[in-house]
Amino acid sequence: MVELLLSLAALLIGVALLFALYRFVRGPSPADRVVAFDVMTIIAVTAIALIALLEGRGIYLDVALVYALLSFLGVIVIARYLERGL
Amino acid sequence: MILTGMTLLLCLVMIGAALVAILGKGLAVAILATGLVSLVASLLFLILAAPDVAMTEAAIGSGLTTFLFFFVLGRVRGGEHD
Amino acid sequence: MAALLELTGAMLLVVGAFFLLLGGLGLVRMPDLFNRIQAGTKTTTLGTVLSLLGVALMEPQWGWKLLLIALFILFTNPISAQVLARSAHRTGEAKSCKTVVDRLEEDQQA
Repeated sequence: MVELLLSLAALLIGVALLFALYRFVRGPSPADRVVAFDVMTIIAVTAIALIALLEGRGIYLDVALVYALLSFLGVIVIARYLERGL
Repeated sequence: MILTGMTLLLCLVMIGAALVAILGKGLAVAILATGLVSLVASLLFLILAAPDVAMTEAAIGSGLTTFLFFFVLGRVRGGEHD
Repeated sequence: MAALLELTGAMLLVVGAFFLLLGGLGLVRMPDLFNRIQAGTKTTTLGTVLSLLGVALMEPQWGWKLLLIALFILFTNPISAQVLARSAHRTGEAKSCKTVVDRLEEDQQA
């Protein structure tokens, strides 16, 4: 039962990643692509937590911590660039 | 089993991002797509049981390189020709 | 008891992943950038926090690290969305014809 639920969660995360990739490929403006990039980073945090759960190793969560910090800094730098103010 | 499916899907996403980096219009889009390739590569490193490499790839590839490229692009914007 | 906790955690994980899917769907379906920022930020914040809660229920000894990640996401995600929306508004990002209310522009004109 738990195994089935975890596979379902992995499937949902994968489909969400594909949707965000569609917006990344199609996005008319660079800002749309920045939104898609941010969403994919957040989805990657969940995927890392799921991988850590499946492998049973808590050390993997450090990578998720790095991503939780990096997405914030990245979006701020890119927003400053798009605003012509860097 | 779950991890195998996840690996295949991540490879698909990585190829899509790399194609955007090559074929996309504009330098900013290419830099973002490169960051995306780094993100997926770090997830793949994690699945291959190398958390230290994944952390380095996250900090350097997806973080520092993207910021540095955007800083440089902001500085040289006057001479953009393509 | 442990089996029940594990089942609850897995269900929370599935619900969180479903919210992530809704966020991706909103990213595809919404008409312009500001709507996409709304759909992409709120849903993924809730989905990630729910998923991390599910993982914390399944593996209770990782609780502190997961709490730290959830707090980072909860604090930084709205800020980044706001910064991005403000920069897009300042550079005159095109709004769709369905977006009719723009309070920031009304404030600036007043």
